[in-house]
Amino acid sequence: MAQAQDQLPTPGTSNTIVPEKVREGVDLEINGRSYRHIGDDQMPLLWYLRDVLRLTGTKYSGEHGEGGYDLVLVDGKLASATSLPVAKLAGKTVTTVEGLAAADGTLHPLQQAFVDEDAIGCGYCTPGWLMASLDLLNRHSQPSDNDIDLLPNLCRCGCQTRVRRAIKRVAKGAHA
Amino acid sequence: MSHANDNTVPLSRRRFLKVLAGTAGALIVGIPFVDAVDAADAPVPAAMLGDTLYGLGAYVRIDADGNIVIGVRDPDTGTGTSTSLARIIADELDADWTRVSVVSLGLGVEDDNGQPRWIYGHQTSGLGDSIPAAWADLRGAGALARWLLMQAAARRLGVPADRLRCEEGSVVAPDGRRFGYGSLADAAAKIAPPTTPVPPKSPEHYTLIGQGAGDIDARAIVTGQAPYALDSYTAEALIAVLSHCPWPDGSVESLDTTETLKVKGVVKVLQIKPEAGIPLGQTVRSPAVAVLAENTWAALQGRAKLKLQWKAGAQSESSAWFEQQAADVVNDKNAQPAMRVRNDGDVDAVARKAARRVEATYVQPWLAHATPEPMNCLARIDKDAAVLVVPTQAPQQAWKVVQRLTGLAPAQIEIRVPRVGGGYGRRLDHDYVAEAVMLAKAVEKPVKLMWTRDEDMTQDYYRSATVHKFSATLDGKRQVTSWNQRMASASALAMRGVPDNRLWTSEVDAHQLPAGLVPNLRNDWYSLPSAMLRGPSRGMPHVNNAFAVESFVDEIAQSLKEDPLVTRLRLLGEPRQIPLGDGRTLDTARLINVLKLVADRIEWKNWLRTVNGLGIACWHVDGAYVAHAVETSLQGNKLNIERVVCAVDVGRVINPTGLEGQVAGATLDALSTALNLSVSYKDSEVQQRGWKDYPLASMAQLPDTTEVIIVPGDRDPTGASFLGMPTAAPALANAVFRVSAVRVRRLPLLKEMLRML
Repeated sequence: MAQAQDQLPTPGTSNTIVPEKVREGVDLEINGRSYRHIGDDQMPLLWYLRDVLRLTGTKYSGEHGEGGYDLVLVDGKLASATSLPVAKLAGKTVTTVEGLAAADGTLHPLQQAFVDEDAIGCGYCTPGWLMASLDLLNRHSQPSDNDIDLLPNLCRCGCQTRVRRAIKRVAKGAHA
Repeated sequence: MSHANDNTVPLSRRRFLKVLAGTAGALIVGIPFVDAVDAADAPVPAAMLGDTLYGLGAYVRIDADGNIVIGVRDPDTGTGTSTSLARIIADELDADWTRVSVVSLGLGVEDDNGQPRWIYGHQTSGLGDSIPAAWADLRGAGALARWLLMQAAARRLGVPADRLRCEEGSVVAPDGRRFGYGSLADAAAKIAPPTTPVPPKSPEHYTLIGQGAGDIDARAIVTGQAPYALDSYTAEALIAVLSHCPWPDGSVESLDTTETLKVKGVVKVLQIKPEAGIPLGQTVRSPAVAVLAENTWAALQGRAKLKLQWKAGAQSESSAWFEQQAADVVNDKNAQPAMRVRNDGDVDAVARKAARRVEATYVQPWLAHATPEPMNCLARIDKDAAVLVVPTQAPQQAWKVVQRLTGLAPAQIEIRVPRVGGGYGRRLDHDYVAEAVMLAKAVEKPVKLMWTRDEDMTQDYYRSATVHKFSATLDGKRQVTSWNQRMASASALAMRGVPDNRLWTSEVDAHQLPAGLVPNLRNDWYSLPSAMLRGPSRGMPHVNNAFAVESFVDEIAQSLKEDPLVTRLRLLGEPRQIPLGDGRTLDTARLINVLKLVADRIEWKNWLRTVNGLGIACWHVDGAYVAHAVETSLQGNKLNIERVVCAVDVGRVINPTGLEGQVAGATLDALSTALNLSVSYKDSEVQQRGWKDYPLASMAQLPDTTEVIIVPGDRDPTGASFLGMPTAAPALANAVFRVSAVRVRRLPLLKEMLRML
């Protein structure tokens, strides 16, 4: 179950020193917040995000994440949330699409570029494109068309050429 | 495709604009379907007076603070209805678009003596008729709201309303003073509406129509906040994951649930199966075993541990056998067509004395819908109420399924339709809704049903493979004198209660090219039996027919040893209006225009010289005109699509940004499908399981840009959701022929090109 760790100790409890109970569960950080998962630690991150935390921006893709709708960043690296049991994420930092915008709601430049280029069809695959494009831009601030060609995402609505424009818009901005 | 929805209640009731005073000074305007006698006292849907946006029961709500909420009735499957329909209303209202928010209305149904009354009228998405329907009646909702606000301002100022004007969310007085709509909403809501409809604006006053706007949901989508049906949860719902029988008429041979029930979180295993005598798409598709659990992971594990053997059905068909049947029938001169779709002039008499004859046969494979968001449904069924969250293109059809299975009264059923993760025709069927309702009734708890990707791929209502055989004759002046099309397929409308003499309508368009251009033209459709379940598919029947026809026109050009653009322009002839029957007209000037636009843009004058291959194609769909030009290159065996240009003429353009997105998107979908995709089956069992073996095109396979040219117009707008599809694949195949000398007569294209190279 989700449990934020920033709770204050219960006031008025005894001062007696009690040995700390061995911790159960898996501690991980998602979008800057700490969580402890105390259920089945083989649960894939995808279902932990969606069923438990109700962070539903990361989408169901397929058995092994083919299609790229389920992409997240783990310690800054692109990963399929379908293929990652929570057990493997102890102490790791996860970023999902919900974690891209600033706390005040200002969109990440890549999100803004997707809006500006209207790089959206039905939108179901869009979070996956954002995470993969962000990973690409983290590795290559000025990606070539060939670099962009390597994005693993699939889209049936045909947003690919507009996604390419959005990535280039961000790359251009970074260069300026 | 427009025939797939024959069951819809005809929109024949008289419509009256209704004004309804809401809470807190809100002005609410809707267009309920009501008979003249009860127009004055039609009930206010209770939900629309509340604060919950999901329950908003009308099209326009203006709050006292000046914010405007517009309700959109047609599901948005990525077709842009939530933006375009809202802007049609907002323009009439002279709303400030930055203060407009849009909500999906969900199904609008009232109880009419036990029968459903569809209070929002048109509520179907993806058939290309959302915008034409909105143009016909939604403008009135905005116009009435504007009229009421102006009346309110006139009374406050003591000046006649005709001395006022509206601008960006305010009424402007003759002296320049501005009154925000929010300050007028309370008073406006108390004014009686006019007895005659308020006429919509004249085009010179449009402020939003014709101006581009990005997707209204874009911000929610890029922040992961846009809720799809699959993202809807209720606390007590059980998650249901299914294992379906590969054969609709199969059955459970053996089932052992012992290990499944040991999985922590698994609650129950249930069996469901299709009901006898119910048309396809309105009941369960195939027998299934459902694992219900407290979370998706437990349900998936439980499903993996089922010991389940299916007994095969009576059919043992293969896709190879089907294609052979199709080829045999179009080649059999004695075969009788199921429908002579068109028969102009005397093809046989002219063909006998022809100077030149061209023949070719084209084969296109079975296809799946492959929606990104898999089939799913959240269903809560209580004794006197049902609430469902459904990713559907046709909420009224979903209602019928729920009503039949629950016996509830019309208004006791609430169907919410959040943004949908792709439709393409799959969600005109509601087998997954029937499943969710059956399971929720059985466990007496809400059920959140989700298909896994393999189920989604193997439990589809597929697009039939098609075979087209053409024979055309030409005279000494290079004029096409006769055209004979023989097409074979298995109708998408079979097993759906559609009469036999209408089964052809999903497979071929009686008015398609070159009808009207060739004096002697015959178009025969041959009906093939198949046990594979079929259903409506994006852009049918245009996509398959345009590929075959426009490839064949290129083959005619090749036999004449001339530029295929020249051949096409000769075929189209002088700019003129050609009546095609059924009230349809072919405007050759508009078709020539889009053809020339793409030709100019891609520098068609280099057709002969360039080492790259240029291809072109044109088509018309229900009064809309489209052309594509494609440039390809070949590096060894690797095909590159260098450029794609598309021109469309849809009459008046509501939202150029949205239209460009639709056209570019449909172009890429069509290219992706033509390049890679096919469904195959053996022993009536589909072999594809997911994206690995049904590979939508990668970024690398697709062009880097899509150039869309939009022809301005002032005719009533047509739909455009699939307009970019029909000509993309034939233009590509024609370009491939120029660059490789391989004439692709069988899709998918890449496999065939590599075989022939």
